[in-house]
Amino acid sequence: MVAPLLVMPSIIVLLAWMIVPLVMTLWFSFQYYNLVDPSARGFAGIDNYVYLVTDPDFWVSLRTTLVLLASVLVITVGLGTLLAVLFNQPFPGRNIARVLAISPFFVMPTVSALIWKNLLMHPIYGVFGALASMIGLQPVDWFAQFPLASIIAIVSWEWLPFALLILLTAVQSLDHEQKEAARMDGAGPLAQFYFITLPHLSRAIGVVIMIETIFLLTVFAEIFVTTSGGPGNATTNLAFLIYARALLQYDIGGASAGGVVAIILANIVAFFLVRSIARRLEV
Amino acid sequence: MATLQLRDIRKSFASVEVIKGINLEIGDREFVVFVGPSGCGKSTLLRMIAGLEEITSGDLMIDGKRINRVGPADRGLAMVFQSYALYPHMTVRQNMAFALRLAGVSKAERDRKVDEAARILQLEPYLERRPKDLSGGQRQRVAIGRAIVRQPKVFLFDEPLSNLDAALRGQMRIELLRLHEELKATMIYVTHDQVEAMTMADKIVVLRAGVVEQVGTPLELYHHPANLFVAGFIGSPRMNLMPARVVKSSGTGISVALPSGPEILVPVEGAGTASGDAVTLGIRPEGLRIEPSGAIAGTVALVERLGGLTLLHVTIEGGEPVTVQIEGSDATKARDQIRLAVDPAACHLFDKAGQALPQRARHPLAA
Ligand SMILES: Nc1ncnc2c1ncn2[C@@H]1O[C@H](COP(=O)(O)OP(=O)(O)OP(=O)(O)O)[C@@H](O)[C@H]1O
Ligand SMILES: [Mg+2]
Repeated sequence: MVAPLLVMPSIIVLLAWMIVPLVMTLWFSFQYYNLVDPSARGFAGIDNYVYLVTDPDFWVSLRTTLVLLASVLVITVGLGTLLAVLFNQPFPGRNIARVLAISPFFVMPTVSALIWKNLLMHPIYGVFGALASMIGLQPVDWFAQFPLASIIAIVSWEWLPFALLILLTAVQSLDHEQKEAARMDGAGPLAQFYFITLPHLSRAIGVVIMIETIFLLTVFAEIFVTTSGGPGNATTNLAFLIYARALLQYDIGGASAGGVVAIILANIVAFFLVRSIARRLEV
Repeated sequence: MATLQLRDIRKSFASVEVIKGINLEIGDREFVVFVGPSGCGKSTLLRMIAGLEEITSGDLMIDGKRINRVGPADRGLAMVFQSYALYPHMTVRQNMAFALRLAGVSKAERDRKVDEAARILQLEPYLERRPKDLSGGQRQRVAIGRAIVRQPKVFLFDEPLSNLDAALRGQMRIELLRLHEELKATMIYVTHDQVEAMTMADKIVVLRAGVVEQVGTPLELYHHPANLFVAGFIGSPRMNLMPARVVKSSGTGISVALPSGPEILVPVEGAGTASGDAVTLGIRPEGLRIEPSGAIAGTVALVERLGGLTLLHVTIEGGEPVTVQIEGSDATKARDQIRLAVDPAACHLFDKAGQALPQRARHPLAA
């Protein structure tokens, strides 16, 4: 009798924080509900969804979301692995270099996006522009010419330290006698990396991919601060599309439909990821 | 064919010298064991031979060629690590074939060699397993198999049996000896277990603090230790060492007196000793026996019965503790008063500097 009472508080909290918003989102996604047109309320059936999937912007944002996810994963895991191996070698000033390499992780996304936008990538005030003019090149207006690539660069910069941190600890846990055995077996540095280090890291790489994916599907602050989804819809991902629907166009019903789609998308990605990584974790 | 020469090999880590000039000849097909207390530099020396550790100075030659600057894979050596160092994500077969695969050997040839090694080591049923699904002894054999498939000129072992239980260790000792016979290869083996050293070695190298104390066959070291360190290190139970004083030196040996009175004639060359010199008398535990007319009186402190052997820990007059080893099971009890007789042939004398005085007669098996 007592047991259900004791778990009640956590169930109530769970309901309040998760189930209620989820059910409300589902509910609104089947309603005509626009804040600037209070007269047009009522049950919409699947109209919001039809409107969403027939909107070319939606498919563009879906593609942008996945491109952003895939690019940042490739960059952070690839560079992170290389840097982890490098930072594991002894060299003077290694501890300071490690701290510096990991510090971007402690900068909040809005701030790092602003730093990139105004201090680095700005064609007039930015460091990149200054460097380009110094050698006589035309400064590049990054957010106008390569908007998505710029966002990818910023987000990768934010997440590289995380990948590096996890992978570095994994590299450090590699038994050095294994590498010496490989050396005796005739493995050069590259063969050691490929046959010994990389398999040893596969578990940690799986963890990095899984955690980063959860956060990268919902990148928002970096886009909001820099490009606001533009130019046009070049950097509008699903999270930003939903925001635009709900808070720029006041279309709660349409935004909710987008939200439901985002939930489904996240679950599909998570399903495949967890399955492939769980298989690897067994080894 | 593989012989090794070490000429004044030295190794320093930063400013600390850990290997202090080692000279050593290792013959073809010899089974050489490095022994010594922990931290004396056995592993470091082995790793320098393997090429895993740079040689600070000196020459390392294999078959007469200097190989200080040759990479570990090109020296024709294979090493078995204490932790086995198997590749966890590869099967036993892939582990054993790894070196061949890197060397570009064809799949058929690799399989043939791995199967051959697996047969020698009785690993055939486990070839498709991963290391984590093997027992300690099986992992050990895979590590040895990984060395065998490369057909090295010299095998290096760094305490390969120290992670195994006593029974398995005994069994693996015999297997390694059988392998040594079968493969006809030179083997260098590091251990701090002197039973392994005594039973397996053709030649034992006793190291202390980066210096070779003595090189010789197991029986040479046992019957003719060159100094106090080797005398105390080789042999279990340890040799009894007690202070004594030279009474007189004659053609048949040196008479010494224990502090408690008894005199013992030790058959060693006495040139250079004068009566009154302080020396150390060493008596192997099996060189003492209980005899009512014995010269030394003592009280039994403790009895260890091993079945086939009995070890008596005796406190002799003057307070020195000695160990006595008796064949078979003995009825002596703790607190018994006994007298001990000494077998002069099992005695050794060491001068003040700890160097052994040469025995007048060599042991027949340690010529
Ligand atoms: N990389 C290193 N840097 C500095 N000192 C080292 C290094 N490797 C070994 N040493 C030192 O060299 C000495 C010899 O070490 P080594 O590992 O060869 O001993 P060992 O005889 O194998 O001992 P054990 O029986 O415990 O394995 C030790 O004093 C050790 O502290
Ligand atoms: Mg060692």
